[in-house]
Amino acid sequence: MTLAVTIAIMVAGGVYLMLQRGMVRIVLGLLLLGHAVNLLIMSAGGTFRRDQPLLGINPPDWAADPLPQAFVLTAIVIAFSIVIYMLTLAASGSDDDTEDAS
Amino acid sequence: MNPALLPLFVGVPLAVAGLMAVFTPPMWVRSTLMMVPSGLGLAAASLLLWQTRDGQVLAHNVGLWQDGISIPFVADTFTALMLWTTSLLVLVSAAFAAAVHDDQRPFFPSLVLVLYAGVSGALLTGDLFNLFVFIEVMLLPSYGLLAMIGALGRLRAGRIYVTVNLLTSTIFLAGVALVYGATGTVHLGELAGQAAESPVVAAGMGVVILALSIKAAVVPVHGWLARTYPRASPAVTALFSGLHTKVAIYAIYRLYALVFDGDSTYLWIGVLVFSATMLIGVMGAVGEDTTRSILVFHMISQIGYILLGVALFTEIGLMAGIFYLIHHMIVKASLFLSTGAIEHTHGTGALDRLGGIARRQPVLGLVFMGAALSLAGLPPFSGFVAKLTLVIGAVDAQQWAAAAIMIVVSLITLMSMLKIWGGVFWGKDPAHEADHDGSGTTSAEGGTTTVTAARVRPMVLMPGLILTATTLCIGLGAQVLLTLSAEAAQGLLDTSGYLEAVLGG
Repeated sequence: MTLAVTIAIMVAGGVYLMLQRGMVRIVLGLLLLGHAVNLLIMSAGGTFRRDQPLLGINPPDWAADPLPQAFVLTAIVIAFSIVIYMLTLAASGSDDDTEDAS
Repeated sequence: MNPALLPLFVGVPLAVAGLMAVFTPPMWVRSTLMMVPSGLGLAAASLLLWQTRDGQVLAHNVGLWQDGISIPFVADTFTALMLWTTSLLVLVSAAFAAAVHDDQRPFFPSLVLVLYAGVSGALLTGDLFNLFVFIEVMLLPSYGLLAMIGALGRLRAGRIYVTVNLLTSTIFLAGVALVYGATGTVHLGELAGQAAESPVVAAGMGVVILALSIKAAVVPVHGWLARTYPRASPAVTALFSGLHTKVAIYAIYRLYALVFDGDSTYLWIGVLVFSATMLIGVMGAVGEDTTRSILVFHMISQIGYILLGVALFTEIGLMAGIFYLIHHMIVKASLFLSTGAIEHTHGTGALDRLGGIARRQPVLGLVFMGAALSLAGLPPFSGFVAKLTLVIGAVDAQQWAAAAIMIVVSLITLMSMLKIWGGVFWGKDPAHEADHDGSGTTSAEGGTTTVTAARVRPMVLMPGLILTATTLCIGLGAQVLLTLSAEAAQGLLDTSGYLEAVLGG
């Protein structure tokens, strides 16, 4: 439940930011959305029925699923590199920030 | 070919790209090396095509992991056909880039090769998450290529392109997460048929297919394509048009056949959406006034045609769709390259600033006209066979409306090809026009005097010529490609061969 609520809040924030005009806000929105999806992948591993992967404390059947963690790691790296590139694009070219002054 | 060699389709271009980026050899070495992996790929894909021509499926578990938990690389007739066409396009576009000196930009050859590696990987992989990774490998160099060279406003185009693609990839990833949550696997062999059985899996796969549709620029999520492609350099547009959207189309075909098992419950959505894509795409082209923006809208319309094949999901429909896909990749790249040659030489692609090129350069005129007639679907070019089989497929599946739309859209396509033809190839030399109305259209892009004086060099013309010749050959000897497409369609209808190869029976 905690995960579901967190994901919902992050998606809401991400979509709000992405609907803004400034490139930097769009980038931040995409970051939030990306992390929401990462949490979604983690929850797809069945966090509610699994526990820490510690031998001797939990039986192996309960150990956390390692596959989603590998997915998330890959996704984070890819999203990170693209975000850096997008920030470069935001810094070069015309300024499109929407401060409502002026 | 030994299945264990399949990963080399990805490995060789990546290795060459990396070595070139690190050692930065002299320019001519880089230009040559840029074409070596795709040349090798073309030869290897021909071999693969020969081997899979009777429906054999090759599969290799990377790292020799056990069947079912491995990441397999799989090649059947469909994959081999796509690999062949991809390699040809990369080779030809690289030759064009070398001819117009686009390849002198830093890292251009390396980026093209990474793009090629990503496309090959996405075509070969038999794992949903791995598909995501390879699509990213394909997109990352594209961001650089798009923003590196091209018309004014390419930075803005770059912003749109990156934003849309990152958002789409995020949606794709969410779909993968949902599928994994519902099934506990992302191995395509294990997933086979699961979406047809369980609506939960179908919903997750639906999200994946939605993401792929955005990448394929299906109406109503096509806007990004028309805004970005005309801004890149001609060589890059040709490369992108041949590869990016087509990988998404290939993945839609593959996933619908495998995971949905061709479930007929959802096919009506496809028929509806793809018919709209055909119609709205071609309408968009009416209002455009530069060669490449017209061509880009046509591309959207043609994507509707190609995907209609999977929405019919009959043997003849799939065969027609696959044939259309191969035909379209070649023809579209040819059109982009021949108009790109004009744009490179004359400095503009605006219809009202060009004219009389057919009189001065008949060969270039023929190259464009051949590809344009093929796109509109006139014999003896491959487009005629593609459209005819697709219409037969639609009638066969009793989709009368879709068949009617196809024929109407063909006519409109022909009309806007004539618009380019009339604006660029026929008519008076633009210098005359400028003299008459005396407006100051000179100065901006090198002056109108150079527009008539310049000639497209043979080296710049050659790539487009090769592709137009290919479409003519496919049109005249259509039986060869039709047989292969039928075999590929058979592989999609009956997935047992594919499953046996990836799951080891």
